[in-house]
Formats: sequence, C-alpha cells, structure tokens
Amino acid sequence: MADSLHWIPLLPLLGALFCATVGRLLPKICSGVVAVLAVGFAAAVAFGSAWHVHEHGAIVSRMGDWIAVGPLKIGIDLAMDPLSAVMCAVVTGVGFLIHVYSLGYMAHDAGYRRYFAFLNLFTFNMLVLVLAKNLPLLFVGWEGVGLCSYLLIGFWFEDPAKASAGKKAFIVNRIGDAAFVMGMLLLFWTQVQATGVTGGSLDFSDLQEKRSLFETTSWGGWTVGTVAALLLFVGACGKSAQLPLYVWLPDAMAGPTPVSALIHAATMVTAGVYMIVRMNFLYTGAPAAMAVVAWVGASTALFAALIAITQTDIKKVLAYSTISQLGYMFLAVGVGAFSSGIFHLTTHAFFKGLLFLGAGSVIHAMSGEQDIRKMGGLYRMLPYTCCTFFVGAAAIAGFPLLSGFFSKDEILWAAWQSPRGGPALLVLGGLTAALTAFYMFRCAALAFLGASRASEEVRHHLHESPPSMVLPLLLLAVLSVVGGALGLPHALGATNFMGHFLEPVIVSPVEIPHPHTALAELGWMGAASAVALAGMGFALWLYPRKLALAESWAGSWRRLHALSSNKFYVDELYLLFVVLPLRAFSFVCWKIGDGLMIDGAGVHGIAGAVKGGGNATTSLQTGNVQHSAILLWAGGAVVLGAFLWLGGFA
Amino acid sequence: MLEFVDAHILTILILFPVVGAILVALVSSEDRDLLLKGTLGLTLAEFLISLHCVYRFDEGTAAVQFGERYRWIPEWGVTYCVGIDGISLWLVLLTTFLTPLVILSAWHAVEKRLKAYLLCFLLLESTMIGALVALDFVLFYLFWEAMLLPMFLLIGVWGGQRRIYAAVKFMLFTMVGSVLMLVAVLWLYFEHAKVHAPSTNLLDLYGMSIPFQAQCWLFGAFALAFAIKVPMFPLHTWLPDAHVEAPTGGSVILAAVLLKMGTYGFMRFAIPLFPEAAEYFAPALCALAVIGIVYGALVSFVQPDLKKMVAYSSVSHLGYVMLGLFAFGLCGAQGGLMQMLSHGLTTGALFLCVGMLYERRHTRLIEDYGGIATVMPHFAILFVIITLGSIGLPGLSGFVAEFLVLVGAFGMEDRRFAIIAGTGVILGAMYMLSMVQRVLYGPTANPKNQVLKDLSGREIAVLAPILVFILWMGIQPGTFLDRSAASIDHWVTERSDYRLEFRPVRTARGEADGEAAAGAEFCFTPLPLGENRVRVGEEGRQVALPPGPSPDGEGRRAGHDAH
Repeated sequence: MADSLHWIPLLPLLGALFCATVGRLLPKICSGVVAVLAVGFAAAVAFGSAWHVHEHGAIVSRMGDWIAVGPLKIGIDLAMDPLSAVMCAVVTGVGFLIHVYSLGYMAHDAGYRRYFAFLNLFTFNMLVLVLAKNLPLLFVGWEGVGLCSYLLIGFWFEDPAKASAGKKAFIVNRIGDAAFVMGMLLLFWTQVQATGVTGGSLDFSDLQEKRSLFETTSWGGWTVGTVAALLLFVGACGKSAQLPLYVWLPDAMAGPTPVSALIHAATMVTAGVYMIVRMNFLYTGAPAAMAVVAWVGASTALFAALIAITQTDIKKVLAYSTISQLGYMFLAVGVGAFSSGIFHLTTHAFFKGLLFLGAGSVIHAMSGEQDIRKMGGLYRMLPYTCCTFFVGAAAIAGFPLLSGFFSKDEILWAAWQSPRGGPALLVLGGLTAALTAFYMFRCAALAFLGASRASEEVRHHLHESPPSMVLPLLLLAVLSVVGGALGLPHALGATNFMGHFLEPVIVSPVEIPHPHTALAELGWMGAASAVALAGMGFALWLYPRKLALAESWAGSWRRLHALSSNKFYVDELYLLFVVLPLRAFSFVCWKIGDGLMIDGAGVHGIAGAVKGGGNATTSLQTGNVQHSAILLWAGGAVVLGAFLWLGGFA
Repeated sequence: MLEFVDAHILTILILFPVVGAILVALVSSEDRDLLLKGTLGLTLAEFLISLHCVYRFDEGTAAVQFGERYRWIPEWGVTYCVGIDGISLWLVLLTTFLTPLVILSAWHAVEKRLKAYLLCFLLLESTMIGALVALDFVLFYLFWEAMLLPMFLLIGVWGGQRRIYAAVKFMLFTMVGSVLMLVAVLWLYFEHAKVHAPSTNLLDLYGMSIPFQAQCWLFGAFALAFAIKVPMFPLHTWLPDAHVEAPTGGSVILAAVLLKMGTYGFMRFAIPLFPEAAEYFAPALCALAVIGIVYGALVSFVQPDLKKMVAYSSVSHLGYVMLGLFAFGLCGAQGGLMQMLSHGLTTGALFLCVGMLYERRHTRLIEDYGGIATVMPHFAILFVIITLGSIGLPGLSGFVAEFLVLVGAFGMEDRRFAIIAGTGVILGAMYMLSMVQRVLYGPTANPKNQVLKDLSGREIAVLAPILVFILWMGIQPGTFLDRSAASIDHWVTERSDYRLEFRPVRTARGEADGEAAAGAEFCFTPLPLGENRVRVGEEGRQVALPPGPSPDGEGRRAGHDAH
C-alpha cells in the first residue's frame, strides 16, 4: 500500500475521464457504476494506506516536477501522514456512500453522465488537496474543488438562479484564494530573502523546519508568520464559508442534494479546517492569528445558528447549520485544539452527510418540495428516512453518547480551558449548541411529525426512496451513532484515538488541561447534555403541535424575526456596498476613462487639432499668385532675420 | 537538401509563406476549395518546419541559435541576421501553430475576396516570424512595419461596420510609436558608429555604454512604440476597436501574436539595450501594468459586446506580462513569457469561439445569447475549459503563467504591485464567468438560438489542438519553461551588460562549427562572426575586438552555459 498512494486520486480522475468520454457511448448506467467503483477502489487503497500509516508512519510519493523556475521548485509530491489519512478516509468513505446514493437520486436526470464525471472530478481534486505535500499542490486541489463546486451548483444551468449561485460560489472563493496565494508568496519570499536563492520551498516539511524564521521576521509591523497565517485564513474563510465570506454556501444549495451532502457539508467546506491543522506549526507561532481564527469561528457559529432558527427551506436550515458547525471547527483549531477540530470534522461529515441525504430523500419523495411548512407527518410514508434523519439531528444536537456529543464536548471544553480560549468563547459556543439542538429538532419535527400539510397531489406521490438511497442513510446513521468512539474521553476509560493518532502532525501542541477528576469530566458532560436536551425538548414541545404559538411569538418579535429570516440582510448589504459600486465604477472607467478622456480628449483631441491645423493652413493656399508672393517674402524675411539674430556670418 | 534546410531554417521559415503566397496567387479565385486546402497545407507545412527548430533547439545555451548572418548593405553596416533563442522560440511556434487553425476557421466564414484574405495571412505569418527572428535593426524595422499592412487590410477590407475607423486608428497608433523608435534607432546607430565600424546589427549594439540621460530618452522612444503594441494602459484604446471590427482570423492573430510583438520588443530591445533606464522606469511601468490589469478587467466586466469584452481582457492579461518582465527576476520573466503563450492560446481560442457563435447568429452582443449550452453542448464544454484557462485555473496554462508572474512581482521591493495584481485574479473570474453564464446558461429563450447547430468536425479540429496545449502548459509547463530557461536566466542575470552570443546553424552532426558550414556556396558574403563585436574594457571604455571568427562555446558565455 505504501507505493500506491498516487492511485488514490488517480482512480477518480480516470473515472471522470471515462464518464466524459467513453461513457457517452455506453448505456448511462455504465458511467454511474464506473464512477462508484472508482471511488470505491480509491477508498480501499486509502484505507489500506491509512492502516499502513497507522502501523509504520507517513508515506511519501514523488511524481516529478510540476513547475521549476530558478528558486521556485514545486513537485507533484503526495504524502500521507495521520492527518491526510483521516481526511482521505472521510473523503473516500463518505464520498463512496454519496456516490452510491446518487445512483438512485440522479437515475432519471438527463445530465446523468455529466453529473458523475463532475462528482468523480471533485473527488480527485479533494484527494489532491488532502494528499498534497506542498502548498501550491494543495492549492491545485483547493481551486479544483472550487471549480467542481461551481459546475455542480450550476448543474441545472438552464435555471438562471442556479447558474448565478455557481458563479457566486466561484467568485467569492476566488477572493479567498487570492489572499491564499499572497500568503504562499509571503512564506516563499521570506525564506528566499533570509537564506538565499536556493532556500525557498513551499513543502510542508520545509516550512515546518523554518517556522522560527517566520516567527522572527517581521513585515509591516507584524511577524511574517502572523500575516501569512491570516492571509491563508482568508482563503479558508472563502472555502469553508466563514464570516464574512460565507454568503455563497446558502446559495450553493441550488445544486443536486447529494452534491450538497458531499461538497457543501462533508468534504470541500472542511478544507479550510484541514489547511489550518496542516499548517498548525505556523498558527501556534502566531497567537494573534489564532485568536482571529477562534473569534471568527465562534462568531460565525452563533451568527449562522441565529439565521438557521427561522429558515423554512429544509436545505437552507442545513446549509446554515453547516456554516455554524464549521465555525465550531475553526473555534477548535483557533484555541489550539487541532485534533478536536478534525474529530468534529469527521463526525460532522457523518451526521451532516446523513442529514443532507435524508433531506434529499424527502425532497425526492415530495416531488421537489423543500419548504418544511408544507411537509409534516412524513414518518408514516418514509420510515427509514425519518428514523435516520432523527438520528442525524440527535447527533448534531449533541444528544448524549452520540458522535456529535463527544466532538462538540471536546471543543467547548477546549474553548473554555485552553490558554488561548476563555469564558467568552465558551458562552458563544454554548449558545450555539443550544440553538443547534433547537433548530435541528424544529426542522425534523416540522418535516416528519404531526399531520401532513402537503397538497393532495404531493401526498399521492409520497414514497420511500429506493435501496441505493436508503442503504447509505442507514450506514451513515450507524456512523453518526458510533463515530464518537474515535475520540472517547478519558473519563469513560478510553484513550482518545483521534488525539493520539494525530499527535505526530501537531508539532507544537497547545496544552489544554484535562478535567482534574473523572467526576469533573462527568459533570461537564452532564452540563453539555443538559444544554442539548433543553434545546431539543423545547423544539419538540413547540413543534409541530403548537405552531400557532410559535407564529404568535414570531409576530410579537417581528423585527428580530425578520432580521433572522432575511439572513441579516447581508446579501443586500454586499449588493449595495460592493457589487453595485464596482459595476458603477467599471462603467465610469469604460465610458469616462476610455470614452471621454483617453479617446475623447486624447486621441480624437489630437486628431482634431491636426485636422483643425490643417484646415487653418489650407486657407493660406488660395492659389492666388500675390498671396504666394507675400508668403514667400514673409518666409524669406523670417529666415533671414533668424539667421542674423543668431549671429549671421560672424 | 536536408543539409540546406538545416542551414537556413529561419530564412526558410520567413520565405516559405511568401513562396506559398505566390503559389496561392496563381490559383483561380473561383476555386475556393483549392485555395483553402492549399493554404491550409502550406501553413501546416510551415508548422512542421518550425517544429524542426524545437527539435534541434539546444536548451543548454542562451546564445541565439540557427543563426544566419550576411552582409546586406556593407557600406552602412546593415546585415541580414536572424537567429532564435529561448525567448523567441515559443513565440515563433505560437505563430506557426495558430496560422493553420486560423485558415481552418475561415472555411465558411469568409465570403468575399477569399484569395486576398488568405494571401494576407500568409504574408502576415512571414512578417511576424521575420520580426521575431530578426537580429538586425533594419531587418526588424522592415518586418515590424510590413506586419501592419496585411493587418490593416484585414481590418479595413473584411471588417465590420466601422472597419475604416478601426483600421486607421490601428495604423496611426502603431505608426506614432514606430516613428519615434526609428529616431531612437538612428541615434543608436550613429552613436555606435562614432567609435566602431558602422553596424545596425543588434548583437553589435548590445552592451554600448550609453549615458543615463540618453538612455532615458531612447528607452522612452522604444517603450512608447512597444507599449502601444502591448497595449499598455492608457495607450490601449485602439485595441477594442480593432478587435471588434477585425474578422475572426484577424482578431486571433492580432491578440495572439501581434500584441506579443510589444512585449517581445521590451524583452529583446528596450530592456537589454537600455538597462539603467529600464530599471529607472520600472516602477512607473509596473504601476501602469497593474492599473492595466485592474482597469482592463473592470471595463471587461461591463462590455455588452463579446469581442470587446475579450479585447479588454487582453489589456488585463498583458498587464501581467509587463509586470512579470519589469520585476526583473527569473520567476517574473518566465511567467511573463508563459503568459504571452498562454494568452495567445486562450484568447486566440476565445476569439475563435466568438467567431463560431457569430457565424451562426451574426451578432456579438452578449444579451442576444443565453442557454447556448443546451443547444451546443460540445461548444459549451470547450468554451468553458478555454475560459478557465484564461482565468488561471490550476492545471491549465493561465495559472502557471499568472502564478509565476505573481511570485516574481512579490519578490520586488514594493509588494503592492503583486497585491494589486492579485486582485486581478478575482476580477478575471468575475467578468469571464459572468460572460459564460450569460452566453451559455439559462433558458434558451431566443427562438433564433434554439435552432443552432453544435460544432462541426472542422470546428472541433480548430479548437482541440489549442485545448491540448492549454492543458499541456498547465500540467507539464516544464516542456516550455526548460527550453527558455537558459535564455531567461541570461536575460535576468546579465541584464546590466547584456550580450548575446551568436551561434550559426549546426550541421547535421549536431555540432556548431562556424558559419562556413553549408552556407557559403548558396549565399552571398557570409559575415565572419565577431566582426564589429565590442566589449566594455576594465575602465568602461569600449574596445573593438579584432575581427575574425571567435570559437564557439567559449568566451564570456562559457561559464554561463555550464548550467
């Protein structure tokens, strides 16, 4: 397994090429099966390699140079260490299940082959991202997943709104990417300027060795490490939908639902968290940047949760929930709990993947309806979907002993007890936890419980999804329940597997004190459970039976409700203060800059002057002999005068 | 025969299209088929000949290779001197690669005066290659000016509504710069002739020690000529007009090759001849370059006309080239060169795509399209990949180029240029993807768009080769970078005292052994190498080297060639 690392990304790439070329000539099921198998085999290789990493340590695979110019050498080098192993396992494992699910979900879509080509291409890019051994190669995957996200959000491109959503995702991501590139360049040139032409490298291992250089060199009043860490974090904000660049993710729900599950919940959007853990040596040496990460994460978590509580589109609820949970992960890595961040990333991939696939199953059954106000009572017709959805909701809400409980618990503890954390961060995280439990169960209760509010037409077509869709739901539900085993706390008599496995990757860990006694730990867990259960209980009490009461509350706090349900008007503010001014300025450049100034005053001005001068002098050419004689005489006089004035013959 | 080809490869490259033009001229204008196929065959043959240059190119040296050098007007020291180095190699290839594709794209597009149209392209190809390989100022200037004529005709005869305005504007803009450059060339010539035997050979004129004040004036004259051609902000307004009015083929060549004459001119002439002035003006030019990047992108963003939008995007993309060159580092210069190629491929292909749409709908307005991806899926795939190449998606050509330019620019003392240029990456995605969305996506509402046919085999054959190279440059840029590495390295490190070693054509044995090889019996008065060559003595005085052949592979370049 050690020497087959490159096959992990290559298999999905080959799958994508197959779907895009040969697959077009074959029956469409061939493309689907090949795509699923490609990811399946990649998963097998990935798990084998991960086992190898667990037993024998990191694997490196070099595949030659990509760009080599003077001081800059970028190799196509892949490496799998424990961190990459976890990410690979998540990407290929969850990815495989979602591919299988897609077989059923997309069965009747006209763009079937294109869909699987894109999905495989995405998997390829995501695997390049997590296996890259240097920053530029990571960036290749980073932009590549952005591209696939763009293509898949706008998959049904005939709908202008969906096409716009794809474009928005790409452009907002590009804002982050531009900063990311600047961060890379800063790291590169700092080395070159310090150690000479041959000293620059963007390999993770080399960067890690030179981390003291970044901490001691200063640029613009800050250390290079801080500036670079912040620039890279701006990239992460774009990719992982954090404030203020999160605006593309809710719109990204325009894509097919399995895409939302795979790209916009389980894998791609977690790339920013992965990147920060990968660069942990840089961040631990830049406390200011760490603080920014933690605060942005915590604020985003609360902000998105506040929006999620009033959303009525089932996918929008999940989208804001994803933003919120990503905020949790950034909070974790921001206070130095790197392995907790990855732990939550993993469990989140399970339960959020599950929730999205469940939502897809509902939408599939409801003939495309996404509004939870028009659902209700689905538990009768969709028993499997209903049960698994509730499992997912319980996991994300932090129901005791489910996977989300353990991972969230770790994060909240770290936010409070880490030397980089504090009570304020704990309060933000705790509030978010309560809100999360509330809005998830509001959503689940409105969709599945009570009486049906759907139209007769829709109700008539209700059906449970085919096995290819139910099976992934069941598997993900199991993982959502037991996934916590990856990071069981010490109080339960276990070793934290995730924490130990990732230890070699975390170069200079932030020491986070453990609870002093098992009793203290159990007490802490009890408090966390209480918060989650309170939120869940409140939601189940209110919905769906006391809908009228909920409505009247919304009415009495109309302003606040409107603020939340209109997403704090952020899109409108961006339109007003960024997009429109930019467009107006572009028009000014075009019409005034080019039109009036350069062409008008400049080019045509000169042309006009020449023409005018020509016309003026033309009138001298009257053809009249006397006039010519006068001019001749006058010219001669001028020449003679000048000659004499300049000294004549002397 | 083979030996003859070997010995005169560049002359053949220049003359072959001219001979071809004569042959094409003999064909009856009625016989469209023969005209098109014949011209296509000729340009393909030309491409194959140029591949020979790549095959035999020695990437280990910065010297100009395949050199030929003969007396032309001995009294004035005018020579016929041509050669290729790592800077011009790929630009020549770009020219010979795109010309057949342009001919292939004209199959149904050109209705009137087909023969004259094809002749224009053959002559254009000859003059472009001539300008790229010329190493004598008189020769270069000849090609530089001659290049304008076919393009002037292409715009003025086969152009759109305002073709006369556009053609005249194109001509006047370029001439203004050229005339000043001519004055500067004359100054150089006479100044050089004060000390040495008169020569217009570039290799002799390199390394003159010119006072700073004079350098500034001369650099200004050269820079103006080249900056108009690039075009740099604020000298760019001729470009959108020329592009909009030019026929598809004209736009392709204009964007892909003619604009590169400007940036190539900076690399070959303006910077190495006047290094101190170049350094002095670098911040100003970098500033103009980044203004161009942002300004071009913004104006692109609001264009209602497809061709205008692509034209303004060229202003933005060429800004990267200029920024890379004036960063005066390896990465920047290599990036600039890569961007020249990448822009040639992607923008050339974009104009071809726009042409294909125009042939079907006879409109260039973006608002007339929409939902094209539904009716033309193959076109949509190719168009999207080309667009992504243009906005620098990793794995495609544009990324390697822009990334290297940014790396180079970030290494400068003033990092603001790199940071502003970095925002161009965002704006690029913005205007390109907006355009893609408005053309390809959405419902196919317009009934005229609902009946459009997807690409024909011929049209795919036009775009596919370009696509291959866009991918190749993105995935294996080494193929291109390695062959220009020695020349770029030399250009960067020896900038303050730039000389180029002249290496005559190599014989079939692959060794360089004097220009006597194979040449003498066919050609007039070969000029001994090293005549008129000068070097700066210890005290900075110029001393003429004794005439006579200097052994190859030795001298001041030897140490450099080692790596």
